[in-house]
Amino acid sequence: MPITDQELRELRGHAKQLRKDIIDVTFWAGGAHIGGALSLVEIMILLYYKYLHIDPDHPDMPERDRFILSKGHAGVGFAPMLARRGYFDFELLKDFNKFNSPFGMHLDGNKVKGADVSTGSLGHGLSMAVGMALGARLKGRSWRTYCVLGDGECNEGSVWEAAMAAAHYKTTNLITFVDRNKYSVDGPTETVMGIEPLGDKWRAFGFIVKEVDGHSYAALSQAIEEAQAETKAPVVIIAHTIKGKGVDFMEDDVRWHYGGLDSDKIVEAKRYIETAVIG
Amino acid sequence: MAVGLTWNVYDANTMTQAEIYGKVLCRLGEENTDIVGLSADLAKSTKIGEFAAMFPDRFFNAGVAEQNMFGMAAGLAKAGLIPFVSTMAVFTTMRAAEQVRTDICYQNLNVKIIATHGGISFGQAGTTHQCTEDIAITRAMANMTVIVPADGIECANAVRACLDINGPVYIRIGRGFEPNCYTTDAYGFEIGKAVEMNPGTDITLICCGITVLQALEAARDLEKSAGISARVINMHTLKPLDGEIIRKAVAETRRIITFEDHNIYGGLGSAVAEVIAEYGKSCAFARVGLPDCFSLVGYPEDLYSHYKLDADGIIEKVKEVMGKDFEDDDSWEDGF
Repeated sequence: MPITDQELRELRGHAKQLRKDIIDVTFWAGGAHIGGALSLVEIMILLYYKYLHIDPDHPDMPERDRFILSKGHAGVGFAPMLARRGYFDFELLKDFNKFNSPFGMHLDGNKVKGADVSTGSLGHGLSMAVGMALGARLKGRSWRTYCVLGDGECNEGSVWEAAMAAAHYKTTNLITFVDRNKYSVDGPTETVMGIEPLGDKWRAFGFIVKEVDGHSYAALSQAIEEAQAETKAPVVIIAHTIKGKGVDFMEDDVRWHYGGLDSDKIVEAKRYIETAVIG
Repeated sequence: MAVGLTWNVYDANTMTQAEIYGKVLCRLGEENTDIVGLSADLAKSTKIGEFAAMFPDRFFNAGVAEQNMFGMAAGLAKAGLIPFVSTMAVFTTMRAAEQVRTDICYQNLNVKIIATHGGISFGQAGTTHQCTEDIAITRAMANMTVIVPADGIECANAVRACLDINGPVYIRIGRGFEPNCYTTDAYGFEIGKAVEMNPGTDITLICCGITVLQALEAARDLEKSAGISARVINMHTLKPLDGEIIRKAVAETRRIITFEDHNIYGGLGSAVAEVIAEYGKSCAFARVGLPDCFSLVGYPEDLYSHYKLDADGIIEKVKEVMGKDFEDDDSWEDGF
């Protein structure tokens, strides 16, 4: 179903809130992987407010869809979204990174309601996602598994082991995203360790590839719905995004891969977030 | 628990540990449809292939890709299944160490790892396929239970018992035909509880895996030929460790030697040493295993002989430690 105008307004509202939350949580945390959390916002909002079959009041509902943030570094964006979605009190995030907090930089699935798995070490999520997809099929369940990878993460050999397995076992109940924001810690992906031609690589591994603007709800939505209907092979959605999207002084600037914010910067960032219309 | 295993006892005399594992897993697979199997192109040599043949829909070959296999196992466990995963010990604990630690142990998932070709049991294959570090590695992974069965019968017991634990279990077995030291499976196998295989008052030999049988033979010989009364303990569970049986041995025999098919660092010897040190009672102590080296190439029996892990080597080491001094303090009632 295409996104209605009403839905679009709501999604943009949630996204704006999430971007502001990312700024706040980064401040409370004393620094976070802010750039790669901001690039993901539209993907996360669309999944959690439109496509995932979930019930925050029953986080362990057996028939829920599963979501794996394989690029676990974006926990600073995942945690506030789970809070706003109703899994837990947003105020708890003021303890982010602090002693004995359930919220560390990379979310612990055993401690954070709504987080299906623990991630943070790159190259692990897709394997777990394939296992979950096989498990759902074996148990005759209709829930789907959604997995978001980083583009730098695609340097990990284990991503391609998992891709090989997903294609081999035709896990069409698994939908994979790559947040193609073009940077890893040390610089542009193509300078650090080139991953292009990325679409061809996934195709060669047996995936159906959809390349879309990762900040466009319409484009993402169409790709997700096509992926849900696909029965021949697993789908990867390569979402072309901008690192730091939504905060002008962070956009496309690798220095904001990981960063902290003082109170002046918070005001400046939020002012930009308020005015920008994304998606 | 061990219902229906009697057939194993008969067959165990002609089967390897891995073959017994394969058969027991098939039996468990009939009883519990949530059990699934995974291997990384080693279904045949690890014998999980028996399960694969019986339940093809519940078996996933990951190909030669161990990291992905352990990640998939974590995902299957998350979906409510009980994965049994088998490949060689060396690829389990080193190639895929992080997946085992982070995906499985950190999330405390119900994944059972039966790692074959442990220690130097595949000696002829050389260092790339030997594994004398896995006990140290898995012992250091929180939430992991670590078991090294003494023979095929105990392997059957361990594979069955590991289902009672809702969490990760590492069971390390050998490669070839390791003769049995048990004649029945009904000896009260319990994870975390060591078994005294032979009573003794002069010295205690603490063993796991293949060294248990060798120590039993050595103990019989020592009694007869030298009048040395050697207690033999089968420490089949390395974690959680049975500290009580070790402290009792310190108090009662004052001399302890550990024998293991593993580097002397980090394995059984280290685990026992930790307990002794924390106990605070003096005790003559020695560790026998791979003396911080990679093993030579060779057939296991030759290697076990070379590294003093066979009965002759054990006898030699016992005689040496019987002559070793330790602080002989009789005032043991000091409140420890």
